[in-house]
Amino acid sequence: MTQHNSPEADIRVLRAGPLALLQDSGRFGVRHLGVTQGGPADIYSWAWANHLTGNPWGTANLEVTFGGLKLIAVRDLEIAITGADLGATIEHKPVALWQRTRWKAGDTLTFAAPVSGLRAYLAVCGGFAAEPVLGSVACVTREELGGFEGNGAKLATGDELSVNRSGSGQQLANAPTEAPKNVLPDFSQPAVLDLLPGAQIASFTGRSLFDAFNTWWQVDDRADRMGVRLIGPRLNCKINTLISEGISLGSIQVPPDGQPIVLLNDRQTIGGYPRLGTLSPLSASRLAQCLPREPVRLIARGSDAVLKEHRRFRAVFHSESV
Amino acid sequence: MSWKPVLESAGLDAWIVRMFASIDERNVSWLSALARRCEEAFGDALVDLVPSYTTLLVVFDPLNVSPSQARAIICETLAGLEPEETAHEGEVHELPTWYDISVGPELQRVAEGAGMAVSEVVEAHSQRTYKVFALGFAPGFAFMGLVDPRLECARLDTPRKRVPAGSVALAGLQTAAYPTETPGGWNLLGRTSARLFDREREGFSLLRVGDRVRFVPVSREVFEREGGNTTPLEPIT
Repeated sequence: MTQHNSPEADIRVLRAGPLALLQDSGRFGVRHLGVTQGGPADIYSWAWANHLTGNPWGTANLEVTFGGLKLIAVRDLEIAITGADLGATIEHKPVALWQRTRWKAGDTLTFAAPVSGLRAYLAVCGGFAAEPVLGSVACVTREELGGFEGNGAKLATGDELSVNRSGSGQQLANAPTEAPKNVLPDFSQPAVLDLLPGAQIASFTGRSLFDAFNTWWQVDDRADRMGVRLIGPRLNCKINTLISEGISLGSIQVPPDGQPIVLLNDRQTIGGYPRLGTLSPLSASRLAQCLPREPVRLIARGSDAVLKEHRRFRAVFHSESV
Repeated sequence: MSWKPVLESAGLDAWIVRMFASIDERNVSWLSALARRCEEAFGDALVDLVPSYTTLLVVFDPLNVSPSQARAIICETLAGLEPEETAHEGEVHELPTWYDISVGPELQRVAEGAGMAVSEVVEAHSQRTYKVFALGFAPGFAFMGLVDPRLECARLDTPRKRVPAGSVALAGLQTAAYPTETPGGWNLLGRTSARLFDREREGFSLLRVGDRVRFVPVSREVFEREGGNTTPLEPIT
């Protein structure tokens, strides 16, 4: 499989690994057609990868889940890897994460396996080149939309990837070369997730509400870009099912089996289970970095405080907004 | 409206506007009117609007609008809201459909449940004009209703791993056509040659919330001529 839109390959895929997907900020304005939003499961790390390579907000980079990916550069590239530590090496030497790195032509870049976290983001100065589908290159395999081929295909061994060449010198001059220590997430610490309570929260029993917020939930192995199931005490809700309605990123729905499911980027656009509430966008990102069997905790927050944190995060990239 | 709309938090960037307590074809004209007014009121701060049977999910950009500001905007748009007139009702689509056991294996099951002949099931399903209540599950997948109550039929106990694109299906009092091949647990009655989702087409999805749909029975010959896929269904595995 080759990249048809541009004849020039800048990166070759020597081994695809289990799951590597092209992601811009997501597919918006089409959810009423049943099209999901896609985009990076961890928008925090995704945004920093772009920032460190001078790419404006929204530029497509690569979401590498679990590892196993091996690439070779055809020309010299300025890159940054953020998010999970997947044991990335260039020519067997560890790559420093959350900072800019020169990846020389002919060198191989390999992602091994998770050390901490689950998803790494590889940004290239200029951004990966692909044709948008329904306004976005976000790769959603279930919907067969986006990605390098436009058909939702994940990266495959033998793929050739191209990188946009526009204005890289200027772009890099204004970009930080490494992320300040105080913005680095620590995925080895248990995740504590901010939950904005939703309307059906009052329909859960008192015992279930106590359990919801006083349990170290365990991430199930049924976890993907659609949603993450949490294992713990059974949560009982007086409502079994609702008439299907639109569901937002981070919604925590509780099906009749009482085990909550947190809905992520590739979720179905409508659904009909009662909900405890909705995670903040940054907490949804944090959850997406959890491996099966890791513990997570929910805390109820008000929207004012969460909004302040969200705006502080986005302000870092504000000057790049287009 | 006999029921007062309720706003429910759906996170940092969204509100659910709960307009009705139950499914009704008349809900759509109110929800469409609200969606239109939200588009105007939010302008660039609007990210997405997801109408469904009784609700509208309003997704906004929290960098521009705080949840409480968004709430205030939505409350304003609700004040004095009028349903869209019937003249503005959605398009009527006719979906050519080949009803046949080979592509609609549950025709028999539905007929047995209804105590009807297969031909009567086809007649009952194709006679009504359905309303699109919601899109979801997959791009362009339209939930339509309501079907003749005699045809009401529960989902399959074991969903199929692969339901072919175009499959016309029934679950409960709702009907739908699968835009692409996906897993699915609905009862299959036949197959349409209509292309329901096409990324090259303006607007992408053939059907929108509020549109009206009729399934028009066609022969195998017509179905094939229109580009329909006659490959018989695999048995459930």
